[in-house]
Amino acid sequence: MKYLDEFSDPDLARRLVDQIHAVTSRPWAMMEVCGGQTHSIIRHGIDQLLPEGVEMIHGPGCPVCVTPLETIDKALAIAAQPGVIFCSFGDMLRVPGSGQDLFGIKSAGGDVRVVYSPLDALTIARQHPDRQVVFFGIGFETTAPANAMTVYQARRLGVRNFSLLVSHVLVPPAIAAIMESPRCRVQAFLAAGHVCSVMGTAEYPPLAQRYEVPIVVTGFEPLDILEGIRQAVIQLESGRHEVQNAYPRAVRDDGNPAAMAMLRDVFEVTDRTWRGIGMIPGSGWRLSERYRDFDAELRFDVTGLHTSESSLCRSGEVLQGLLKPNECAAFGRQCTPRNPLGATMVSSEGACAAYYAYRRLDLVQI
Amino acid sequence: MCLAVPGRVLSITEVDGTTMAEVDFGGVRKDVCLQYVPDVATGEYVIVHVGFAIQRLDEASAQQTLATFERLGILQEEFGDGFTRAAEQTGADR
Repeated sequence: MKYLDEFSDPDLARRLVDQIHAVTSRPWAMMEVCGGQTHSIIRHGIDQLLPEGVEMIHGPGCPVCVTPLETIDKALAIAAQPGVIFCSFGDMLRVPGSGQDLFGIKSAGGDVRVVYSPLDALTIARQHPDRQVVFFGIGFETTAPANAMTVYQARRLGVRNFSLLVSHVLVPPAIAAIMESPRCRVQAFLAAGHVCSVMGTAEYPPLAQRYEVPIVVTGFEPLDILEGIRQAVIQLESGRHEVQNAYPRAVRDDGNPAAMAMLRDVFEVTDRTWRGIGMIPGSGWRLSERYRDFDAELRFDVTGLHTSESSLCRSGEVLQGLLKPNECAAFGRQCTPRNPLGATMVSSEGACAAYYAYRRLDLVQI
Repeated sequence: MCLAVPGRVLSITEVDGTTMAEVDFGGVRKDVCLQYVPDVATGEYVIVHVGFAIQRLDEASAQQTLATFERLGILQEEFGDGFTRAAEQTGADR
């Protein structure tokens, strides 16, 4: 247990690990949905503290990683247009499109700006009424309320030079899609805690029942993850498949009703393509009819782009838990943070980035 | 970007009809929208994601999380300059 001293409370971590070992009688495979959890697991070697055969499968919970290539290419096309100020979270800068990335557009003279909050982009729009300001609206249920409020404000304040390039994705349909896959090995889920801070837990019991899979709402600090694993293993060992909340300090069962009301006003559910995975029905949000004129895809002509994905990149299998990053032949060779083939290598929540950063470099033999 | 960080509400103001706050994240101060946690008072702790408070949090949990995040470098990642990080990444090969 070489890693335990690095935990904020090593004694508690040791007790949790001991309890997990004590209750485990056979192999289990569970998926952490959130990319923040993936980074925590790899950084702290949590997967290496678990009993033999208990495996953590890394999930698709990185919005940067699953943003479709076509949408990245649309972002690049918009950002390259004269007169446009393109605002984004920093994680998107080095995500490869078919040809280049936002960092390259900026280097070539494009006005690409990194903002901390979408409201900062709205402020920029109000400061530059002669320019078109576009915000790259990606994210799961945690992020969507911020983008929803920003569009609501733009409409209320009459800011006409602001628009949103929307690529929002939803967790519960992704869980269903993973469980429907014939190659699925997932026997339990650690659900993404901050998604549930917004949405609550109501969507999960039907999934747990339908797929007979335990779902434990989990934070992403190391001790939170150990506690989530402990609760999941106890359920698996006793043949239960329920929803448990192991993150009650941040998650109420009813989530955040004010945020959900805004989401329902500004967005509507749509089918969404996930990069590397494909189309998942009902897995995304788009602007609802009354906010549609803030849709950057309608304001800018970005149709007919030719997309081209790397033939070597297997991030789709990584995102579905079918492949560990270092089992990809390109990992650490053709694909590195300097020359990423896929988003999973550069996103701060990408599984390949975690393996690279924390020296899981035992490359597959080719 | 999908992380959320606890912070302490220092002051609350109305800006363009919206409830905003100055929030302290272990020394880093940011403007945060409080529209989704409308009953929070000055001095209380909230969980903040991309400039929006999404839930309240008790002080002990918040302090513990902040200490963990500082140790892990997550605060720097969340509030640091995105272009600097991207530029570092382009030369970060080992």
